[in-house]
Amino acid sequence: MDEIQSLMHGFAIALTLKNMAFMFVGVLLGVIIGVLPGLGGANGVAILLPLTFSMAQVEGGTTTAIILLSCIYWGALFGGAITSILFNIPGEPWSVATTFDGYPLAQKGRAAAALTASFTSSFVGALVAVIVITFLSPRVAKFALEFGPPEFFAVYLLTFCAFIGMSKEAPFKTLASMMLGFALAAVGTDPVTGTLRLTFGFTQILNGFDFLIAVIGLFGIGEILLTLEEGLAFKGESAKINFKVVLETWRELPKYWLTSIRSAAVGCFMGIVPGGATPASFMSYGVAQRFSKDGEKFGTGMIEGVVAPETAAHAAGTSALLPMLTLGVPGSPTAAVLLGGLLIWGLQPGPLLFVEQKDFVWGLIASMYLGNIAGLIVVLTCVPLFAAILRVPFSVIAPVIMVICAIGAYTVHNSHLDIWLMVVFGVIGYVFKKLSYPLAPLVLAIVLGDRAEASFRQAMLVSEGKMSVFFSNELVGGMTGLALFLLCWPLLSAALAALRNTLRGR
Amino acid sequence: MVEGSGERAAARYKRVDIVVALIFLAFGAIVAFDSWRLGAKWGEDGPQTGFFPFYVALIICISSIVNLFKGFAIRPERDKVFVRVGQLKLVLAVLIPTIVYVGFIKWLGIYLASAFFVAFFMRWLGKYQWWKVVALSVGNSVFFFLIFELWFMIPLPKGPLESILGLG
Repeated sequence: MDEIQSLMHGFAIALTLKNMAFMFVGVLLGVIIGVLPGLGGANGVAILLPLTFSMAQVEGGTTTAIILLSCIYWGALFGGAITSILFNIPGEPWSVATTFDGYPLAQKGRAAAALTASFTSSFVGALVAVIVITFLSPRVAKFALEFGPPEFFAVYLLTFCAFIGMSKEAPFKTLASMMLGFALAAVGTDPVTGTLRLTFGFTQILNGFDFLIAVIGLFGIGEILLTLEEGLAFKGESAKINFKVVLETWRELPKYWLTSIRSAAVGCFMGIVPGGATPASFMSYGVAQRFSKDGEKFGTGMIEGVVAPETAAHAAGTSALLPMLTLGVPGSPTAAVLLGGLLIWGLQPGPLLFVEQKDFVWGLIASMYLGNIAGLIVVLTCVPLFAAILRVPFSVIAPVIMVICAIGAYTVHNSHLDIWLMVVFGVIGYVFKKLSYPLAPLVLAIVLGDRAEASFRQAMLVSEGKMSVFFSNELVGGMTGLALFLLCWPLLSAALAALRNTLRGR
Repeated sequence: MVEGSGERAAARYKRVDIVVALIFLAFGAIVAFDSWRLGAKWGEDGPQTGFFPFYVALIICISSIVNLFKGFAIRPERDKVFVRVGQLKLVLAVLIPTIVYVGFIKWLGIYLASAFFVAFFMRWLGKYQWWKVVALSVGNSVFFFLIFELWFMIPLPKGPLESILGLG
């Protein structure tokens, strides 16, 4: 078993004092970020990314940097649940489904049980996903070493078509949002010929739009504006977790093993195929409701209704790193930000990473195991502390978060214009959120736009302009075919539903 | 929140949906136009510079037309409130100071501007006592100064205050 050996080597790298310290710092920061409105996994990591520039220049420093950033991500995944359960405010989009049963449980005075169940099932979901990453990613990477431009374009196509097929938003809104991202990515220098395009004479945008700015604006400023609508104060239940409740809840949890397995499977699938954590949590909640014998009691405060979405969200959030590491195609906005980090540190994400940067990759994978254990310990012991953060009035928290976002936007390129762009993206994020234009495909299109275009054009150069290159062998043809199927899925499912209705009508 | 007037709708979903679809359409048209100018056809060696953005713009136009029709098709009785007057006031009460703040960063540097920004919020929306306002807003800026300038050595924009203090 090569993987076990590599993993042990990874543990040796991750288990240094320095890396462990950054792991705990990362998880702690991540939970705080997850609890605060306006700061989440994606923009939290984006804001802290510039702080790792100097860290990554030391020998082995890139591993420490990725451990810090990925642990912020795990922390944010844990943190989202705290606000959902105690305050009925989803701190993160993927914890919306957790509010359905989590908040009623807290109202019944079972907040501690709900929190324990949610943290534990988050941990289980993440663990399953990390095991999947450990054993699947070396294989995917080896397989992807053979990829040429047509295959890579097919992967990109599959990624984006999956968004349209899987998204619960209107397909044409998803499409419009995604293409806006591609158009923004195309601004500036043409990656192939170097010609300027879409700059309209403005020299400031020669390098195009940086997606980190978009992430900070869309998810940060936009989220604060949305939260403000609800008023300036949060009302919530208080909670303290004592060891007795933890043990009691842990004794109850094995009853829901089937729900856990189902949710973890849904989560891993949705994370690898870029559906993302948010739809995964909803889907898994729905599935659990349908299959559970207490299905009709869901929404009144069932532990099972917390287990299902949390397991899936964490499994999806974690497994979104698999395509990021092996193919260079992130499965979620946060994975995209981590990918941006790799590029800034001078690492080329993709299959070669597993050959050339073994220490980095396996150090990261080992840190995923350790980081989630660290996360579980931190959240179980420090819940009252994190809940107290939300009791800080909004008139103090909101401007401080705005300042953090502004500093984060500035440090990406040391450019004042970027802070303005962040505000513009913030307003766009607010309006898009309210009109249900999805934001994830927009961000991923800005990240991948240039590379998708480059691989498309390289493929065209090789094939002398024939589209048939995307069906030239089984592999690329299969991926393109699957992509087109997913693209048409909303139409197909609408047609099926209509057909079923007419049949029933007769 | 103010009762009565605050509950009134400042904008309805349908109108905003249509306006956003129109903005998308205009944006798509501009991108398509500029891409066509650069050459959006197949050259001898494959697609030209404007090829990819041109088709992206075309898809933007098509999907925004679909969204536009869907927006028009929303029946009045199913037209939700997009934002209430009271909500919009709160949002603008944060958005406008933020815009002013970003403008002032250039003149005052980020630390001084941030201190004013936090102080403004605490005093105006939070109605805190002055000593709390000053302590927190100054403390916040000093905290970020220590983290960025000293610990991580990332220089942020500075203004007249820092040069007087000999820090910039």
